[in-house]
Amino acid sequence: MSFWEYVGSRHAQLLTDTYQHASAVFQCMVIATLLGVFLGVVTYRSEWAGNLATTTTATVLTIPSLALIGLLIPIVGLGVAPTVIALTLYGLLPVVRNAIVGLRGVDPALVDAAKGIGMSRLARLFRVELPLAWPPILTGIRVATQMLMGIAAIAAFASGPGLGNEIFRGIASLGSANALNQVLAGTLGIAILALLFDAVYVLIGRLTISRGIRA
Amino acid sequence: MPETPETRATTGARIHLENLTKVYAGSPNPAVENVNLEVKAGEIVIFVGPSGCGKSTTLKMINRLIEPTSGRIRIGDEDVTDMDPVKLRRKIGYAIQASGLFPHMTVAQNIALVPKMIGWSRTKIKNRVEEMLDLVGLDPAEFHGRYPRQLSGGQQQRVGVARALAADPPVLLMDEPFGAVDPITRDHLQDELIRLQHELHKTICFVTHDFDEAIKIGDRIAVLRERSHIAQFDTPEAILTNPADDFVSGFVGAGAALKRLNLTRVRDVGVVDFPTAGVDDPLQSIFDRLRSSSHNELLLLDRNRRPYKWLRRGDLSLAKGSLARAGTLVADTVTRDATLRDALEAVLTDNAGRVAVTGRRGEYIGVVDMETLMNNVHELLEADRLEAAEHQHELQEQRARQMQLEQEGLHGTGGAEGGRGVTA
Repeated sequence: MSFWEYVGSRHAQLLTDTYQHASAVFQCMVIATLLGVFLGVVTYRSEWAGNLATTTTATVLTIPSLALIGLLIPIVGLGVAPTVIALTLYGLLPVVRNAIVGLRGVDPALVDAAKGIGMSRLARLFRVELPLAWPPILTGIRVATQMLMGIAAIAAFASGPGLGNEIFRGIASLGSANALNQVLAGTLGIAILALLFDAVYVLIGRLTISRGIRA
Repeated sequence: MPETPETRATTGARIHLENLTKVYAGSPNPAVENVNLEVKAGEIVIFVGPSGCGKSTTLKMINRLIEPTSGRIRIGDEDVTDMDPVKLRRKIGYAIQASGLFPHMTVAQNIALVPKMIGWSRTKIKNRVEEMLDLVGLDPAEFHGRYPRQLSGGQQQRVGVARALAADPPVLLMDEPFGAVDPITRDHLQDELIRLQHELHKTICFVTHDFDEAIKIGDRIAVLRERSHIAQFDTPEAILTNPADDFVSGFVGAGAALKRLNLTRVRDVGVVDFPTAGVDDPLQSIFDRLRSSSHNELLLLDRNRRPYKWLRRGDLSLAKGSLARAGTLVADTVTRDATLRDALEAVLTDNAGRVAVTGRRGEYIGVVDMETLMNNVHELLEADRLEAAEHQHELQEQRARQMQLEQEGLHGTGGAEGGRGVTA
């Protein structure tokens, strides 16, 4: 069976896997973004807290994904839970680091001006600092998403959802007729998804970054 | 604009600083020590001094961007030392160097910020934004939707001032607002500020390290030395003609009399009449006029009564009846709003030592020559000196009081400070 015949005969399964893969990455990214920006906002004003947040999230990233998921299984069981936890943890670092860098990079004169015209702490954060730090934060989100696309494939190891299942099934049955097709379909699917997500981020950037600060 | 209900703008409020002191944690000496200063309502007071003298710190204590360690701040009749700083700042306009505009907001959004925060209605804000842009000399239709980076430095600074004035605060603080623009633009912005103030009568505190800027803009100038000690607080005229001490005269710099010329306009000195003739006048009448006048030349005006040529007695006989080749073209004129310095410049560069003064449309009004200029400057300086002498007594008293306070302070803080006190 050629690759295209394989794709044709299994398209229903493939589409489900692709959808689940995309959905898992998307949902984990939403959580990682909210958590990451929150961590950034809480820590950026203190030298040591910011560094602690960056170092901690960086340490998470050094744990091999297979190992992390393996470690999570005894604690939270199989399926969706370990996948979500692992993906969210991995997605944090780029977001946290870029949020801190972005927020620290806001011109102090502007913060001074915001204060001087009578903006409260929250107004300063939401109307001045975060909008100005948004471009680097969005870049962080973009990098994290690309990373999660690949890592999400490993989730199949813990019976998680997504295109990783195709790849693992193919690897498990190496030598059989469709083994290579399965691995290829999973891999290509992930690559295509990654490109699609990236395109969406470009669009989001266009829509959310003010024309006044767009490069 | 006619339908706006708030045509009667808020004018300035008095600012009173009492024993204002700022000590930063971990620093043995106060950054600002015991400042007592009263800014009258509707007055522009300039804080001027060398960098690091605490002038900016003093300014930022007025809107409590920097919290004073001790002392009181009163604005109008209200003691604002313990007021919620966020609320306080919404009642005080604040303009800083390099405009401080938010780059991600349009010009209109930047200006609308404070009115929005204090809860104005949308239509009122919209009208106000247009009104403010108009006020600072920017076309609302053109600049409304622009982002700060699409503006020149001078335009940004104008928008910065518009933002500071948007909610019609009685008090305006300006922290070296024109420090980052080129000299020509700065000159324009200064003129604009003076014009604005004539319309608005706000109470303005303005920080600069440029003494020329200070004398140009200020109603009164506070010359500050280290720790924001007030070396002299007086009108530009008084500081120029009678600096309180070596520090102030050092800061005034050389050429105080020349700088004084910047403070007076041609309209103030009286313009002398000069024999004139029109280009269409018959030659004979021009001849007669020249012969009968005490001057040995006359000013030829064109058909719009604008200065055209200087005609000397000799010129006419040489030109043999034709005006076309006779005389020298008028190279330079000044308006009645020109400073005496400009006029002097023009007189000095003119080989005959006089310059024609023109009106709004360039029409001839009169002439200023070296003699008038010198007499007037003399009178001016003399008047200044008299006025300064009156101030002198008051000033000495003030200095004596300050000295006494300082000495008391020295006794209080002990021997470590004593040595410096003696050498100072």
